[in-house]
Amino acid sequence: MRTTPIYGIMAEFDTPTDLVEAARKTSEAGYKKIDAYSPFPVEELAEAIGFHRNGVPLVVLIGGLLGGLSGYLMQYWISAISYPINVGGKPLQSWPAFIVVTFEMTILFAGIAAVFGMLALNGLPMPYHPVFNVPRFAFATKDRFFLIIFSSDAQYDPAGTRRFLEGLNPRSISEVPS
Amino acid sequence: MDDNTQSSMNRRQAPVIEPGHTFATVTDKISSIVLTRPATTGWFIGFGITFLVTMMLLYAIGYLFLRGVGIWGVTIPIGWGFAIVNFVWWIGIGHAGTLISAILLLLRQSWRNSINRFAEAMTLFAVAAAGIFPLIHVGRPWLDYWLFPYPNTMGVWPQFRSPLVWDVFAVSTYFTISLLFWFIGLIPDLATLRDRSENRWARMIYGILAMGWRGSARHWHRYETAYLLLAGLATPLVLSVHTVVSFDFAVGIVPGWHTTIFPPYFVAGAIYSGFAMVLMLAIPIRKIYGLEGFITERHLDNSAKVMLATGLIVAYGYLIEAFMGWYGGNRYDVFLMWNRLHGPYAFFYHLLWVCNIITPQVLWIRKLRNNPAFLFLISGIILTGMWLERFIIVVVSLHRDFLTSSFGMYYPTRWDWMTFIGTIGMFLCAMFLFVRLLPMISIFEMRTLLPEAEVKAE
Amino acid sequence: MEESKQKRRSEEVCPSKRGKLTSEIARTLIGKRNGPEYWRSLEELAGSEEFQEMLHREFPKGASEWVESVSRRGFLKLMGASLALAGMTACTKQPLEPIVPYVKQPEEMVPGRSLFYATAMALSGYAGPLLVESHLGRPTKVEGNAQHPASLGGTDIFSQASILGLYDPDRSQTVTYLGDAYSWGSFLQAIRGPLNVQKGLQGAGIRVLSRATSSPTLIEQIRQFQKTYPSAKWHTYEPINRDNVYAGAELAFGQNLETRYKLENAEIIVSLDADFLCAGFPGFARYVRDFAAHRNPDGKMSRLYVLESTPSSTGIKADHRLPVRASDIEQFARALDMMLGDDSDASLVPQWAQGFVAALAQDLKSHRGASVVIAGDHQSPTVHALAHSMNQALGNSGQTVVYTEPVIANPANQIESVRDLVSDMRGGKVDMLFILGGDPVYDAPADVGFADALKNTNIPLRVHLGLYQDETAELCHWHVNETHYLESWGDARAYDGTASIIQPLILPLYGGKSIYELVSLLSGQAEVSGHDLVKNYWQRQPHPGDFETFWRRSLHDGWIAGTEFTPKQVSLQNKSFPAAHNLNLNSIEINFRRDPSIYDGQFSNNGWLQELPKPLTKMTWDNPVLISPKMSERLGLKSEDMVELELEGKKVTAPVWIQAGHVDQSVSVFLGYGRSRAGRAGTAMGFNMYALRNSAIPWFTTGLKIRKTGDTYKLATTQRYQTMETPTGTRPLVRSASLEEYKKEPNFAQEEEQPKSNTLYPPVPGWEYQQKPYAWGMAIDMNACVGCNNCILACQSENNIAVVGKEQTVLGRHMHWIRIDTYYQGDRDNPKAYFQPVPCMQCENAPCEVVCPVGATVHSTEGLNDMVYNRCVGTRYCSDNCPYKVRRFNFLLFQDWDTPQFKMMRNPQVSVRSRGVMEKCTYCVQRITQHRIDSERDERKIGDGELQTACQQSCPANAIIFGNINDPNSRVAKLKTQSRNYSLLADLNTRPRTTYLAEIRNPNPELEEKTQTS
Repeated sequence: MRTTPIYGIMAEFDTPTDLVEAARKTSEAGYKKIDAYSPFPVEELAEAIGFHRNGVPLVVLIGGLLGGLSGYLMQYWISAISYPINVGGKPLQSWPAFIVVTFEMTILFAGIAAVFGMLALNGLPMPYHPVFNVPRFAFATKDRFFLIIFSSDAQYDPAGTRRFLEGLNPRSISEVPS
Repeated sequence: MDDNTQSSMNRRQAPVIEPGHTFATVTDKISSIVLTRPATTGWFIGFGITFLVTMMLLYAIGYLFLRGVGIWGVTIPIGWGFAIVNFVWWIGIGHAGTLISAILLLLRQSWRNSINRFAEAMTLFAVAAAGIFPLIHVGRPWLDYWLFPYPNTMGVWPQFRSPLVWDVFAVSTYFTISLLFWFIGLIPDLATLRDRSENRWARMIYGILAMGWRGSARHWHRYETAYLLLAGLATPLVLSVHTVVSFDFAVGIVPGWHTTIFPPYFVAGAIYSGFAMVLMLAIPIRKIYGLEGFITERHLDNSAKVMLATGLIVAYGYLIEAFMGWYGGNRYDVFLMWNRLHGPYAFFYHLLWVCNIITPQVLWIRKLRNNPAFLFLISGIILTGMWLERFIIVVVSLHRDFLTSSFGMYYPTRWDWMTFIGTIGMFLCAMFLFVRLLPMISIFEMRTLLPEAEVKAE
Repeated sequence: MEESKQKRRSEEVCPSKRGKLTSEIARTLIGKRNGPEYWRSLEELAGSEEFQEMLHREFPKGASEWVESVSRRGFLKLMGASLALAGMTACTKQPLEPIVPYVKQPEEMVPGRSLFYATAMALSGYAGPLLVESHLGRPTKVEGNAQHPASLGGTDIFSQASILGLYDPDRSQTVTYLGDAYSWGSFLQAIRGPLNVQKGLQGAGIRVLSRATSSPTLIEQIRQFQKTYPSAKWHTYEPINRDNVYAGAELAFGQNLETRYKLENAEIIVSLDADFLCAGFPGFARYVRDFAAHRNPDGKMSRLYVLESTPSSTGIKADHRLPVRASDIEQFARALDMMLGDDSDASLVPQWAQGFVAALAQDLKSHRGASVVIAGDHQSPTVHALAHSMNQALGNSGQTVVYTEPVIANPANQIESVRDLVSDMRGGKVDMLFILGGDPVYDAPADVGFADALKNTNIPLRVHLGLYQDETAELCHWHVNETHYLESWGDARAYDGTASIIQPLILPLYGGKSIYELVSLLSGQAEVSGHDLVKNYWQRQPHPGDFETFWRRSLHDGWIAGTEFTPKQVSLQNKSFPAAHNLNLNSIEINFRRDPSIYDGQFSNNGWLQELPKPLTKMTWDNPVLISPKMSERLGLKSEDMVELELEGKKVTAPVWIQAGHVDQSVSVFLGYGRSRAGRAGTAMGFNMYALRNSAIPWFTTGLKIRKTGDTYKLATTQRYQTMETPTGTRPLVRSASLEEYKKEPNFAQEEEQPKSNTLYPPVPGWEYQQKPYAWGMAIDMNACVGCNNCILACQSENNIAVVGKEQTVLGRHMHWIRIDTYYQGDRDNPKAYFQPVPCMQCENAPCEVVCPVGATVHSTEGLNDMVYNRCVGTRYCSDNCPYKVRRFNFLLFQDWDTPQFKMMRNPQVSVRSRGVMEKCTYCVQRITQHRIDSERDERKIGDGELQTACQQSCPANAIIFGNINDPNSRVAKLKTQSRNYSLLADLNTRPRTTYLAEIRNPNPELEEKTQTS
């Protein structure tokens, strides 16, 4: 009867508290491949679904170092090696004068790294995603909170998982076709 | 402000968001301005006027390129006139946004959530307005790109000891970072608009901009980290930008420029004028769009306090400048102070004190701090004062420097005024578009302010 | 019908181009028919509303108005171009000009290298010996003739600016009849008949009016002419004449004599209203040289006393200056003369002068034979006679002053001469009037009524020869376009009588005739070229050896050996001199002076001179009425207030300017302005003071009435703030001391000097200046500088500096690379004053360089602060950060890129700056490079003095010394070791390469406290 394969099963909740609660229960129940959706950041949520590591800070650090280094070296190379000129009797390598640009380059690169690193790690932009197939998911960006267990999860079995979710007394449950 | 003063404030002050709001109401109220509510004739008139003023700016710039900077009042010895004054003024205004979003975020000042979005937008437009001036004020604007270090057949490069090159880097970095900051702040709300807009095209455009945001916990987690880090980066940046701008003067040897106090008091001045502009925008907007529930008395009050504080720092700067002029005993600095007080431009110097130092002291009175109309007026006065400050620094220092033989006078021309007013028009025009096309208040951050947003541990 | 007349004309004028002319016309926006006629309307245009608008410019409103005036400027420029073309194609037959490369390259002509030719420029008859630089046949720069005794290398501003005069697009470019272009041939036809008629009448109806001349050739031609027409009359008129000088000699010695001073022998110099340190005074260049040479506090130091009505450069240099009304000078002179005599009686000395006279007389007596009394050209013959008698009494004759026969031919009273002419005209005695040069309609004294006579008496044939279609040309039938002195042959005598050949540097740009050629025609000779006329004359003169060699040598040297006048032995004929004139001394006095920049008005279309700040007021483009501070208070006048001057019923309205040190109860006005047909630059600039001038006493008189009109008028001065004093203390910009103070405290000027150790940084590797072969530097001796402005124009000409016009000068955008700051100090009624030339200081730690974002101004290894025009983006940050404000910015397109003449004028070795670029003094880097190339070719170092900057070269006072400071024996290095040497704003530690030698005054100890005023 069902033609399209299932991507996962989704439960809808009213409050962040319920969602966090549910998410914690789910991961305690041994489900690994799960995810939760909220209209605003809920600190406890990541914890609840067992998501700890986060690569963004490292990316930013690398970006910053890269920017600062390239900034200073560029100025040094230009002023002292590529085209040395005497400007008002100042030394060719006037490091105090070079600090500003070095600093700005650090910030610039770090900032760019932060934004695009974050997007990349989040796999964005991603115009299409199966969860969008659930009509009610439109409320995920308004006032509803969703929990999903992916069909790829080891413990996943269509009937059992659905029953498990119902146990968390959600507002509604829907299957997510992939 | 540290936490307990803030909580004490919570006790005696209006909340940052009106009680009775829910996730839904917040979302509807803010997004409706963009999605459902039709543009009023008032909006069209405002937009139309500011658009025409923007066209006047283009005309003035076009004529400038045709004839040369000679159409302005600049001359020898006053090589810099309105252009640089306006540049510094706009850059200063452009500080509030990032400051509110970044520093207040780090300071966990949650009341910022309802004003940071359009403060950031304002920052972008102000910096854009500022950016015009250095580009057009040079003698050969078509060669502006020579200020960027790009490999070229001439084998020549910018001269990195020049504060103008620092400006190029500082301002462009500031603009880029502010833009990114503003944009990632928008992503979740764009997703909201995508999911709520009836219009197919709107959905499509917002959809593309939202980049498929779906509010996954993992995404939120990284998002929060990135946002926080960006705030951490933007904080020193925002402080550095006006420091660098002040170097334009501090590095010079002109009496009235060559002083070490410039960086701090330029930054203070920047925040001062920035908040003034935020209020000038916030007060009418909250009225027109009925957002008193989100931008409450509390916000006005806090902004007023920030202005009061920064205003006092600026006052300190003026006093130290005057004191050092006298105490240092350098014949040129002594004359500079005399010239400010009694010279041909003395009126503006005194007006500066009235606008920037004396008038704002009334903000000590809480009743006035909570009176929007009054705050609007004060903000206007402060913005004028800050413009005058830059005029005093640029023009009055230059017009009488070392050799008495080369003392001169500066008279702005109609082209100077057209360009200045033109940028104001452009700035407002952009604001008009912004309030129509994007949520002017961060919806998702407002949601977090609601009591039910807190996860109750059982 | 007017139409058809017009058509017929243009056809007979140049039948070859029927129709072509009209197509030419179509291009000129206004529907005028041909060059000249269109031209007139151009002046009308300039004279009309735009000009008025510009006059009544008021800030800040005005600041926004200028846009129109700029568009007007652009419009005029455009017209200038099309006009020049129209003029050139209009009617002179244009020969075919096939463009082919040299088959045989002309001797010595190497592209890129300039040649120098000796010539001379005559001003009111006195020759200024010159060397003119020529690039591929185009004269581009005027220098002084260093070998010539009358120049010794110095020039004056008029000869410097004559280059622009030559290429002036407004010059008359064709022969005209009633304003329409005609051919030279038709002019010949037109005068042939009448001349033949006059032959019969002995030329009784012929009158010729020319400017004063000293040209031997012309003088002979005139004799020739008068032989042909015995009863024809030849008149001479110069608005700036020396009638009084000759009359004075007549009075004293009973004969016309030229008085020449030998300042090199003078210890004490007394000037009775004589401005002998200002360009235009015969012998100026030499006098300045001799004067400056004797202002050396470590060597010979003369003492200068000046009595004057109008403050002047001479007065500024004086050790003792006494402001005296011109009409009181005579009284003073008598007193002094009496005190010098044996029967001196102090009680007879007027009250106001007693102390001064006593001390002065004492000083003079103790310097017999080494002192000199100089009377001003505009002082009465009596004063001149008194001066002569004093010089005789002091035994100066032959020592410091010598007498020779007059340099000017026919030194009859010129005003009398022009008056006779007018009465003949009115008497209907004149059938043919030839006005050869000059512009009497404009510059004859008002009461002579020359213009009126010319207009209202119908003289059948009136001919004008002139460089411009000026006021006189307008009232003449025929106008013949005259050749510029750089285009034609001639000769003239210098102030010492030495004759120079005026040799042309270029073929006449618009054809035209010289006065020699015209006169030879009048005398009925067939057309002879100017060259032959001059050469033949000298061939007839006694000359050593073979003529060709003698001729070539004379041309090469620039003067004819042995033509200097030999001093005459003279003795006073009488001792008592009549009072010159009895003026009502209780009323306000008015002084008429030649303009320091545009002389008598003949240079009023010269943009360089118009924009040249006058030595004291720093005024450009105008001639305000100078009044004393006291008087301004009495009359409640501020500078730039308009007043109405009324003198004997004649009225002129003009703005006033308060001049510190001007004598009270007296005003000074300057001639040469307010012209109605000068050209683009000169027309309707300033106010015509000839309208007030009285032929009886042309230089000063009393009985002036001043009425404040209530209007104001914007004046374009380049230095508004003329004192070093500020409300918070005096700035030590000019350092000066008296001779005694200097002897006591030789290092007084150096207290702010910074030791070389004052730095954080080691020398930049590659720029260790001490180890380089050359380190260029400059020393400016303020003791020598007399503020004559020569350097400014020399620089302008050498470096292709643009003229910006009045409204831009008002805004402070003048472009001069070197300026002369004038500072007044102390008592405003009789201040001390100083000249300080300010070029780029070429700082070793240049503040301008650090702030340039694109490295457009950087340091050369020889210590030059180079300006890289092509790299300049125009942020103006460098100018803001330059403490000396010597940088100049092209705020608009100031350079005229269109006018073809200007393209020919420019120095090809200096790039022409365009809009949006910063520029400044380069120490004439093009000259440095030229000499480096030459010296490297000969494998030697550039010798000291062989390389001169333009300002240095033209300086008659030798006040500017440039050279290699790494060479301890160079003059500049020696000067920099002097104790007087100091750098401007030394406390900024910018380490300027340009330094100053402090000014030392040599006051008379007895008078010290009397005239010293804090």
